[in-house]
Amino acid sequence: MLRILIVGASSAIAEATARCYAARGARLFLIARQSQRLEDMASDLKVRGAADVAFATLDVNQLDAHGDVLSQAWTWLGEVDAMLVAHGTLPDQNACEASAELAVKEFNTNGTSTIALMTLAANRFEAQRHGTLAVISSVAGDRGRQSNYLYGSAKAAVTAFASGLRQRLTKVGVNVLTIKPGFVDTPMTRDFKKSALWAKPESIARSIVRAVDRGRSVVYLPWFWLPIMLIIRHVPEFVFKRIKL
Amino acid sequence: MSSVGQSWGRYPVAAQTIIDITDRHRPLPTVNGVVLPYGNGRSYGDSCLNDGGTLLRARGMDRYIRFDPFTGQLECEAGLLLSDILDLVVPQGWFPPVTPGTRFVTVGGAIANDVHGKNHHVTGTFGQHVLNLELLRSDGSRMVCSPELHPDWFAATVGGLGLTGLITRATLQLRRIAGPWMSCETRRFRNLDGFFHLSESVAARHEYTVAWVDCVSTGDGLGRGLFTCANHAPASPDVKPGAPNRHLSMPFTPPVSLINPLSLRAFNSLYFHRQREDIAHATTHYVPYFYPLDGVGNWNRIYGPHGFMQYQCVVPPTAAQEGIKQLLEVVARGGDGSFLAVLKQFGNQPSPGMLSFPRPGTTLALDFPNQGERTLRLLDKLDDIVAAAGGAVYPAKDARMNGQRFRQYFPAWEAFSHFIDPRFSSSFWRRVAE
Repeated sequence: MLRILIVGASSAIAEATARCYAARGARLFLIARQSQRLEDMASDLKVRGAADVAFATLDVNQLDAHGDVLSQAWTWLGEVDAMLVAHGTLPDQNACEASAELAVKEFNTNGTSTIALMTLAANRFEAQRHGTLAVISSVAGDRGRQSNYLYGSAKAAVTAFASGLRQRLTKVGVNVLTIKPGFVDTPMTRDFKKSALWAKPESIARSIVRAVDRGRSVVYLPWFWLPIMLIIRHVPEFVFKRIKL
Repeated sequence: MSSVGQSWGRYPVAAQTIIDITDRHRPLPTVNGVVLPYGNGRSYGDSCLNDGGTLLRARGMDRYIRFDPFTGQLECEAGLLLSDILDLVVPQGWFPPVTPGTRFVTVGGAIANDVHGKNHHVTGTFGQHVLNLELLRSDGSRMVCSPELHPDWFAATVGGLGLTGLITRATLQLRRIAGPWMSCETRRFRNLDGFFHLSESVAARHEYTVAWVDCVSTGDGLGRGLFTCANHAPASPDVKPGAPNRHLSMPFTPPVSLINPLSLRAFNSLYFHRQREDIAHATTHYVPYFYPLDGVGNWNRIYGPHGFMQYQCVVPPTAAQEGIKQLLEVVARGGDGSFLAVLKQFGNQPSPGMLSFPRPGTTLALDFPNQGERTLRLLDKLDDIVAAAGGAVYPAKDARMNGQRFRQYFPAWEAFSHFIDPRFSSSFWRRVAE
């Protein structure tokens, strides 16, 4: 039986992923901020076929609470076959330009807290010598762009951290999976005008599960963001700084 | 699957703000103007539209709460699609006791329109199998309603077109099935009398019955068609066809309707002669049997940019034979035909909702490409016949009936109006009741 741990479980992509695993009869441990949401999800996932579901609440920015929650999860699950770190916010770039305090706070939510969690989880994976540590980064982390470089820089930190961690943990049989979604139609992106580039959380979730199954290292979701980001990364700086993205 | 804030007929066009509801525990959002719950947008006309107001899109409330595989009781949030429920419960030997012709409707929408299916003569409407529901009102109050608990609110909300408040969750009683297969029998009938004869003789032996009618044919062949009846098949039917795996979709809206007199005549004639024998038997998977049109994504686009209008009416038993004949004559004479003309005998169970559409009699469903005035005039003519026969027209499919007719078809409308949430309204309701 699959044992799955999800942080930021109430995010749309995480919830859709949890449903995929529930349909496979997995045992799931969910971590999020609101206990009511977690309760609702737990009953839902059980109906959808999960063997069992437990949860704990956590504010990811309370770094000193991470260890305790992870230990609860590992105790309940025994071992973890896959952990998905999916929490995040979409900061208001303009507001972050006006307030250093807000900028740092958002960086912490999207970058620092993720790195802290992965640091502790990595040591547990290293000890059990198998499993997948998957983290949702973003295409925004591939290159800082004027429209959301605070978010982008936090995700860049996550991507770089995951890359290094993958090198370290591959040697003990643990896979680190970096997931880079493009635009996804979720409550987090409610106010955006949607175009053909936008994907549904359900299809992103199915791709995440497939990437975990296949032991992939880095995935762009949907796949067409790979060539798009390849181009964006290679636009020369003297051109890049003159355009608006 | 559906376009945002549109109805399935893609007519009329409405401008509205859309707010996603994902958490059933939260109070309703406060907005200026009036709100209307919106499920998956499968109502055809304007009963799911709120021009100038706000739509509360409930698809995000899609969590199961409880399912007991021994009793078949399912409690879930109101934004879940019937298709999701089918995927979950069919492998466990359960089935919704009532299903409409598309599985892409939400539970809330099925309740709010008190939908019916091909087995109405046996099981009645969807609302008859709702054990209870929770209604969230704009004043923040919540009420659990059932046939026993606040029965007046239950009767107002079932078939209440979303006007009494937001349905957040419901408990449904499912029914047992042995497996996903259907044993079907299709019989050809050569005129309308043939339909009524088959309805009487065959319906008793079959849970599901429905007839397709060739509405281009006139004279002796008026009302000819194919009568399909079916039962859930035993666990191991003789033939096991493969499960359906069709993913056709209409990728764009053509500049003109592809449904026109020429294509109609050809289609109707071919369809009538599609089987060589007068009686054909088949074992079919439940998906193509119940939801043939779901196999083609966005099929509503074939009607072009102006959309189409559905018309579904019911004519009471005493006037049925004559009334349906007159309706078909008007349609055939108009030359507009209808791609999908469906006839069905309703059963005698009283519907649970104050505004429920199903009532004893014969129901006829038609659809017409929207040709503006011409189509509206034709439908008014049909209304004259239905009204004279003491029948009714289905609000979930309507975009044009006038208020006077509506109030005649649904005499409980005034008593119902006291249950409407003061912050709720719809384009439909403003059109017919104000």
